[in-house]
Amino acid sequence: MSFSASSLSEDEFFYGHKACAGCGGSLAVRIALKVLGEKTVAVLPAGCMSAVGFNFPQLCFANNAIISTFAGTASMMTGIEAGLRARGIADYKVVGFAGDGGTADIGIQALSGAIDRGDDIIYICYDNEAYMNTGTQKSSLTPFGARTTTTPVKGNRRDKKDMFEIVAAHGIPYAATASVGYLNDYMRKVAKAAEVKGTKYIHVIAPCPTGWGAGSDETIELAKEAVDCGLWPLAEYENGEFSLSMRMKDPSLLDSHIRRQGRFKHLTSEGLEHIRELRDRRWDRIDKKWNVDQGRRTR
Amino acid sequence: MTREFISGNDALAHGVRLASPKVISAYPITPQTTVVERLSEMAEDGSLDAEFIHVESEHSALSCAIGASAAGVRTFTATSSQGLLYMAECLPYAAGGRFPIVMMNANRSIALPWNIYGDQRDSLMLLDSGWIQAYVQDAQEGLDLALMSYRIAEHPEVSTPFMINMDGFHLTHTYEVVDVPDKESADRLIPPFRPVGCIDPGSPQNIGFSAGPEHNVFFKYKAHCGMLRARDVIKETEQAFSRIFGREYSGLTEGYRCEDADHVLITLGSISGLCRGAADAARAEGIRAGVLRIRYMRPFPAEETVAAVSGAKSIAVLEKDISFGGTGTVFANVGSALFSAGLNMRASNYIGGLGGRDISIGDVRKIFSDMAAGKTGVRFIGIEEGPE
Repeated sequence: MSFSASSLSEDEFFYGHKACAGCGGSLAVRIALKVLGEKTVAVLPAGCMSAVGFNFPQLCFANNAIISTFAGTASMMTGIEAGLRARGIADYKVVGFAGDGGTADIGIQALSGAIDRGDDIIYICYDNEAYMNTGTQKSSLTPFGARTTTTPVKGNRRDKKDMFEIVAAHGIPYAATASVGYLNDYMRKVAKAAEVKGTKYIHVIAPCPTGWGAGSDETIELAKEAVDCGLWPLAEYENGEFSLSMRMKDPSLLDSHIRRQGRFKHLTSEGLEHIRELRDRRWDRIDKKWNVDQGRRTR
Repeated sequence: MTREFISGNDALAHGVRLASPKVISAYPITPQTTVVERLSEMAEDGSLDAEFIHVESEHSALSCAIGASAAGVRTFTATSSQGLLYMAECLPYAAGGRFPIVMMNANRSIALPWNIYGDQRDSLMLLDSGWIQAYVQDAQEGLDLALMSYRIAEHPEVSTPFMINMDGFHLTHTYEVVDVPDKESADRLIPPFRPVGCIDPGSPQNIGFSAGPEHNVFFKYKAHCGMLRARDVIKETEQAFSRIFGREYSGLTEGYRCEDADHVLITLGSISGLCRGAADAARAEGIRAGVLRIRYMRPFPAEETVAAVSGAKSIAVLEKDISFGGTGTVFANVGSALFSAGLNMRASNYIGGLGGRDISIGDVRKIFSDMAAGKTGVRFIGIEEGPE
C-alpha cells in the first residue's frame, strides 16, 4: 500500500492542540491517525502529546483516546485491546504514541511485556531525543553530545539506546524506523503495521525545534537530514529479517546537520568526530548483521 | 449451590468466577498467588469466559485492568504487599477515572525487613487512594464480597474501584467449609456491566484527561460523593444478597455485645473472632466488653462507630498497622470520628500482628483489662516497654 499527500484522508483526528510551532511529534500523531482512520483508539502516556491535547474541556482527539500512566502505555493498550475484543468490537485498532523517555526509559518494561505476549497493538515511539515536555532533560534516546538541562555543560556522554534492535530481539512480528522528514515512508509503515497481526512497533524520529535549538520551520529538513547523513537509518524488521528502506544519501551532510542545531553548539571537533565514529560503527554492524548489499548504502 | 472445603483464596476465586469478569490481569505474589492460579485454570478450562493476561508487573496488572475497564468490560486483578505498592500509582488513577475495577489484596507485611506474612500496613498505607476498602473475616465473606463488590463498584452513582482485603495466610491459606453459590443465583445479584463514559465506537470519547486548577476540584468532589454514596449502596446490596442467598451482612461495621459495653475494642479482619472470644472471657470476669469489627475502612463508618461506642467508657483499636511516629491508621480514623461527634472517652491503640506475629486470646484479654484499668496510649503487643 502506498500513501502520499494526495491520497491521504481529508479527515483530521488531532487538532486544536497546543503543541509548539514546528512540533515533529504532533505531526507524527496527526499523520498516523489519518492513515489508521476513525476506528482507532489512541493511548498516550504523560508527555508532550497528552500535555498539549488533553486539557479539559479542550480535548483534541476526534477518535477515542485516553491518557495512560507514564510507565503504562503498552499495558493499558493491552487492556483496551482485550476489552474491545471481549465486547465483540473486532475492527478497531489500538495505537500508542509515547515519547522517547516514555518508551525507552520508564515504559520499556510494559512494552517488552506486550511484545512478549504478542498483543495486537501498534506502538509508535515519537522520538524527540529528550524529555521535552519537562524542558529538555536527557533520556536514554538523547544522542551523544546533545546538551540538555541535565547534561548542561559537556552534553550527553552516551550514545542513543537502539530501541529498534531491542524490540526486534523480542521476535516482534513487525518493527520499523521512520522519520517525519519522509512522510510517505512513515505512512506506508503505519499502514503496513495496521495489516500485521500481533505487536507492531514504529520508531519515528520527530525533531523538537524548541529542544533541539532550531527554527520552527526546520523540523522537516532536520528529520530528512538525520536520515540522509546516516544518523537515523530507515529500516524494517519482519519475519525475522532486517531490511533497509532507504540508502544513506550523503555521509558528509553530518557536519552541517549537527552544527546547525543549538543543542550541539558547544561540541568540539573531537565530539563531532565521535558522532561520526558512532554512526560508522552502527553502519558496519548493519552491514554485517542485516546482510545489506553494500551498494545500497550510498548512492 | 455446593458446600466445599476450600481455602480463602479458592473461595475468593469462586466469587470472582461467579461475577464473570471478561479481563483478568495479574502478576504473582505470595500470598495472593493461588487466587490467580485458580482463575487462570478457570479461564483455560472454560469454566470462566475471561481472558487471563500474564502481565509483567503489578503496575501493568492495574494499568491493563484500567484499559479493559475503559474499553467497557468487567475486570479483576489481585495483589499483595510490595506488589500493591508497586502498582500504587495506578490506584488513584483508577479511582479518579471512576473505573469500577475489583481487586483482591492479600494483606501482607511491607519490606524492610522482608516478610511474607500477614499484616495490614500495605492496604492501610493506600487508604487515601480513592478505593473502597473492605476487610473480611473468613473465607465465606471473601466469596460473598467478591460477588457483592461488583454490584457496589459498578453502581452508576458509585463508579469507584473496590479493594477486598484478606489477611495473608490467616485467611488466604486457611481451609474452611464454604457455600459456593450457583451461577444462576449470582446472576440475579449482579446485573450485566453497563459501563458509563467508556471507549465508544459510536461516540468517540477522550478519557483520562488533564483538569487544571479551575476544574480539578469538581472531579475530586464527584469522586468523594461517589464514595459516600457507596454507604447506602453497600446496604442495599447486602439486602439483595440476603434475599437471594439467605446470608446476612451488617453494613460498614459489625458489632458484638456493644449495646451495654463499657469497653469497646475496635478491630478489623481475621482477628475479630478471637476478639469476640476475649470479650466473652472478659465479661465472665466482670468487665463489660464489646467488639466492633470495621468491615469497610472506605467509605469510613463514622456514624456506625460513634453509635456503637457512644455509651462506652473507653475504646481501644487493635490493628496490624502502625504509621511510625503517629498512631495506627485505623486509630487515627476512629479518633477523628469520635472527636467530630463530640465524644471524649479514654482511647488506646494496640499494634499487633506485624509481620504475621501471633496475637493470642490472652493478649486481647489483657487489652480489656488495660481498658478497665484506665490505660491509654499507643502500645505494641509483645513489647513490654512503651515507646515513650
